[in-house]
Amino acid sequence: MTTQAVAAPDTAARKPPGRGTGRPKQNREAIFLFLPALLPVLLLSVYPLVRGIALGFTDARAGLNVDTNFIGFGNFAKLLHNDLFWDSFRIGLIWTVSVTVLQFVAALGLALLLNTDIKFRGIARTLALIPWAMPPVVVAIMWRLLLHPTNGPVNDILQGAHLTDHPINFLGDFGTALPAVIVVGIWVGMPMTTVTLLAGLQSIDRSLYEAAAVDGAGAWAQFRHVTLPQLKTVIVAITSLDMIWNFNSFGLVYVLTAGGPGGKTMLPMLFAYNEAFRYGNFGMAAAMGDVMVVIIIVFLAFYLRNRLRSEA
Amino acid sequence: MRTRPATRAAQYVAVVAYLIFLGFPLVWLISSSLKSPREFATIDPTFLPKAPTLANFTAALEEQGLVRSMLNSLQISVATTILVLIVSLPVAYALARFRSRLRPITNGWILVSQVFPVILIVIPLFLILRPLHLTNTIPGVVIVYMVWSMPFALWMLQGYVAAVPRELEEAASVDGASRLRTIVSIVMPLLRPGLIATAMFTFISAWNEFFFALVLLQDPQLKTLPLVLARFVGAEGQVQFGPLAAASVLATVPSLVFFAFLQRRLTSGLLSGAVKG
Repeated sequence: MTTQAVAAPDTAARKPPGRGTGRPKQNREAIFLFLPALLPVLLLSVYPLVRGIALGFTDARAGLNVDTNFIGFGNFAKLLHNDLFWDSFRIGLIWTVSVTVLQFVAALGLALLLNTDIKFRGIARTLALIPWAMPPVVVAIMWRLLLHPTNGPVNDILQGAHLTDHPINFLGDFGTALPAVIVVGIWVGMPMTTVTLLAGLQSIDRSLYEAAAVDGAGAWAQFRHVTLPQLKTVIVAITSLDMIWNFNSFGLVYVLTAGGPGGKTMLPMLFAYNEAFRYGNFGMAAAMGDVMVVIIIVFLAFYLRNRLRSEA
Repeated sequence: MRTRPATRAAQYVAVVAYLIFLGFPLVWLISSSLKSPREFATIDPTFLPKAPTLANFTAALEEQGLVRSMLNSLQISVATTILVLIVSLPVAYALARFRSRLRPITNGWILVSQVFPVILIVIPLFLILRPLHLTNTIPGVVIVYMVWSMPFALWMLQGYVAAVPRELEEAASVDGASRLRTIVSIVMPLLRPGLIATAMFTFISAWNEFFFALVLLQDPQLKTLPLVLARFVGAEGQVQFGPLAAASVLATVPSLVFFAFLQRRLTSGLLSGAVKG
């Protein structure tokens, strides 16, 4: 039901307006309905968006009565030589790409299973949605319990299976922290992706598969030549959105590792947060945000190009 | 089309693997919340508690600040939800019904606000709210949540409005009802399921929110539930697993209630509007 409902505004736009209502009158009436929302949105959303970008070009600092000066590209010049910043971006990109790709593969597998007549479908569907509704802080706490070196079941199982002879401090060791955090990221991100892909799968016309089967296509050939091409728009859209959301991720890793050990999981958002609210360098933190915006625009370009194409 | 037995078997293995990956963490959390401190001390943790106890829940509720933080979260989430609905419904109506020039602008804003890194927003917000004496206050957090929950609320609501047949409104206006009258007595009742869904969604995102609260609330008296839980973890070494797990379970309850209501709708694809175009 929601599938149609949410998609409907775009078709509604193409309908001719109701009888006797010209455009100018509609505009006036619309503005009236927008009014209550306008002030809060302008003050607390549009203005902060613009000011946030602009802050990156200043030396703004925390604290009252501090002078703020426009310093052009000064912050960006400093960032160029800040190795910690580059490290953080490298980690951010590894995190973003790994989580997005692995979660996509896992979600596609699950969506394909849920789209068959297999048993346990209901319970799998329910379980697949719960991570999404949980507070990120709780998810992080839960995984800290699971991965705990002495009390956690994951270590217990690994040791029981003789895969390791000493407890692994997954979130505390240099080598395992980032992979461990990525696994948690996949767990959290799977629901949204699965649900979206499943909706896409269900909207594929059955007769295409029948036609392919008549032509002698096996399961793999059907997947390759029917499912994937039919799903392409949905895949590009959800993947670019996932990329952006994962790149902007904060709360989960903040509670899991706080960027540690030794900065091994210091995502760009965590790095910028520390810069702003630990060291009080608002201008520098905003400059980092600006660099993030540039990367997000690249992901967004994929999304929008895909969207425009599917509308054309 | 028949499925070969070998394929079927592989499918079942895969489903079971997914069930374990998705479900085991949850079961472990709930099981941990029911274990006694003595069970945590054993070297061999068992999957299910040997002697289930609710002691962790009482301990968590006696914990300094936890109940207060729940009340804070509740206040903030309820106020946010009410404000979001009041402000969003007229806008959603206009977006779904009028071909106004504000439409593409609003949809652009919705998209941008979903993808923008929050660090760039939170610093200016902090700078705007401070001179108004709204940092470190519950109303300050509520108005921030209101504005930042609106994009998704609008997205959902305009879909629900568009699904209300236009002919009903036209019929009402032929009968002489004013636009306002039409909205109140024709559109609103039909929108009820949509309004409930949007309200729950807004409530949960406010209840779960962490980043804005972390920056805007410093006063321990005002901290929300996620902030208190996160600080709970921070005290490494003396962290008490049982009460922590119990508090985490309590924090998830509202989401699960919401979820039980909405499951059907959610599975049909909340995001399909964004994805299908």
